[in-house]
Amino acid sequence: MENIISIKNLIVSVQDKDKKRRILDDISVDIKKDTITALVGESGSGKTTCALSILRLLSDALKIESGTLEFESQPLLKLSLKQMQNIRGKEIGMVFQEPLNAFNPLFTISFQINEVLQYHTNLNKKQRQARVLELLDVVGIEDVVRVSKNYPHQLSGGMRQRAMIAVAIASNPKLLIADEPTSNLDVTLQARIIELFKDLKVKLNFSIILITHDLGLVEHLADEAIVMKEGKIVEKASVVELLNNPQQQYTKELLNAIK
Amino acid sequence: MKNKTKHLSQFQLALGEFKRSKRGLICLWILIVLYSSAFSADFLSPYHYADENRNHSYAPPTKIHVVHDGKLNPPFVYGQTFSFDKFHKRVYEQDKKVKYSLKIFVKSDQHKFLGIVPINRRLFGVESPGRLYLLGADSRGRDLFSRLLYGARISLSIGLIGVAISFTLGLLVGGIAGYYGGKIDNIIMRVCEMFMMVPGFYLMLALRSAVPDNFNSFQVYLSIVVILSFIGWAGLARIIRGMAISLREREYVLAARAIGVSDFKIIVRHILPHTVSYSIVAIMLSIPGYILGEAALSLIGLGIQDPIASWGNMLSDSMGIAHIKFHPWVLVPGFFIFMTVMSFNVVGDVLRDCLDPLMKGTKS
Repeated sequence: MENIISIKNLIVSVQDKDKKRRILDDISVDIKKDTITALVGESGSGKTTCALSILRLLSDALKIESGTLEFESQPLLKLSLKQMQNIRGKEIGMVFQEPLNAFNPLFTISFQINEVLQYHTNLNKKQRQARVLELLDVVGIEDVVRVSKNYPHQLSGGMRQRAMIAVAIASNPKLLIADEPTSNLDVTLQARIIELFKDLKVKLNFSIILITHDLGLVEHLADEAIVMKEGKIVEKASVVELLNNPQQQYTKELLNAIK
Repeated sequence: MKNKTKHLSQFQLALGEFKRSKRGLICLWILIVLYSSAFSADFLSPYHYADENRNHSYAPPTKIHVVHDGKLNPPFVYGQTFSFDKFHKRVYEQDKKVKYSLKIFVKSDQHKFLGIVPINRRLFGVESPGRLYLLGADSRGRDLFSRLLYGARISLSIGLIGVAISFTLGLLVGGIAGYYGGKIDNIIMRVCEMFMMVPGFYLMLALRSAVPDNFNSFQVYLSIVVILSFIGWAGLARIIRGMAISLREREYVLAARAIGVSDFKIIVRHILPHTVSYSIVAIMLSIPGYILGEAALSLIGLGIQDPIASWGNMLSDSMGIAHIKFHPWVLVPGFFIFMTVMSFNVVGDVLRDCLDPLMKGTKS
């Protein structure tokens, strides 16, 4: 199967007083198309850094030292900012952990979904409006017209997460990066969002990188899993294999922790 | 079931709060009255700003009468004559033999409302050759009231236009410096400091002297606006930069970048709107600076030139103790400058209390 993302010898480091500390330490990994790949690990293991470096959205303090990042065999690190902006949101969508923070509180939901469409589609104003409602419907929101006119703080947590997903899938991306998409939701909502992800994947046919520390979520949703620890990849295997027959000590510890 | 709860936006909340403040409302109305009378100066004023009559130099405010020869009359004014006293100063007396009745919608020479719509009537006036000086006359016998209205156009608009220019500049420069940080930030901020380092008034004088002296009055007006806004933007840019530095770390800025929004749009859409409650207050509080700046320039004769009226150059008529002693009405423009500046300050102050709940109750 083709790779959608291929990372080779990626080193990301932060300048720490006089010495450099590696946040991602020589990571090489291929992520296959049409799969849901989970990045698992404890806090600070470099999961989010890994995802953000794919989009080249690392904060100023973090630097990509060396390595290559390929998205559908385009070398991401060599693209201009303009080309990169064309990939962000269009080819790769991102779902953030806390949608309340990821939405600009000053604008309505409709405005913020519109923003993606404005950048990445040729639809006119009317078509975009229709598309916003359609997207909200796709992510399972019932009262689409009202929700589209609402401000982020007026929605419940689950609704906001759905709206966030609507932003991420607005221009039919090929890859969706979901950064702890369910960790702020209660258990029943988590289950529904998981269903939504599965559903959307079948409908819209994209790959997903799922960043999580929740092995339960990995079990229900992911096909492949990559276990990370302290900026290194510990183990990579299919989920079934990983859960039933973990090879590494750290993976075993992680599994034991939830039993 | 429909959700009937009405969500008030922050703006609506602030507006409600503002309506509860009496001094805020009073000052807001003062400003509204001042601006609307400046807007309709062509119609409200009995004379054109340059309409002079040297026989009425420093004529005192005209008295309006209703009783003539013990009989009730429609409002009228008497004619005026003058004689010289021993200091060779004119002493005006009412000439009770001639009376000119006061009329509304009086016919006047053909002129243009705001320079566009031709009109030939003014709201009120007296029959020629009588003269009506509601607030007295200046040295050339021009009506102070009319000049006050025409002057308000310049003095009041300079604040708004100046603020518009310097805030656009300040917001953009501050936003760019704060958002990009690093070297760009460093360079921009050092430039700002260079502007802030020079005392404003001297910078203003220096810039004014650089303006060619063959400019017509409109060009002078524009150059004064530009000069004034050139001084004001740096301080604002520095504050906006500080806010932008904290705002760019918000997750919605990252989210906006993750959907491919360009840097400029992020600054304009996702960073600057969050500084609006600060900016509105800062705008209100900085308008007086522009009005005073124009007044100061015109007062010392570097600003708007005669015969065009501005509150500042009208005040220059009142320099010298003799003027204040013998015809104190030439000080009226100063009173209006004071009213305007105070009203802007009060409205700004009340707005700050309304927009920023954390600052409530604190005195600046």
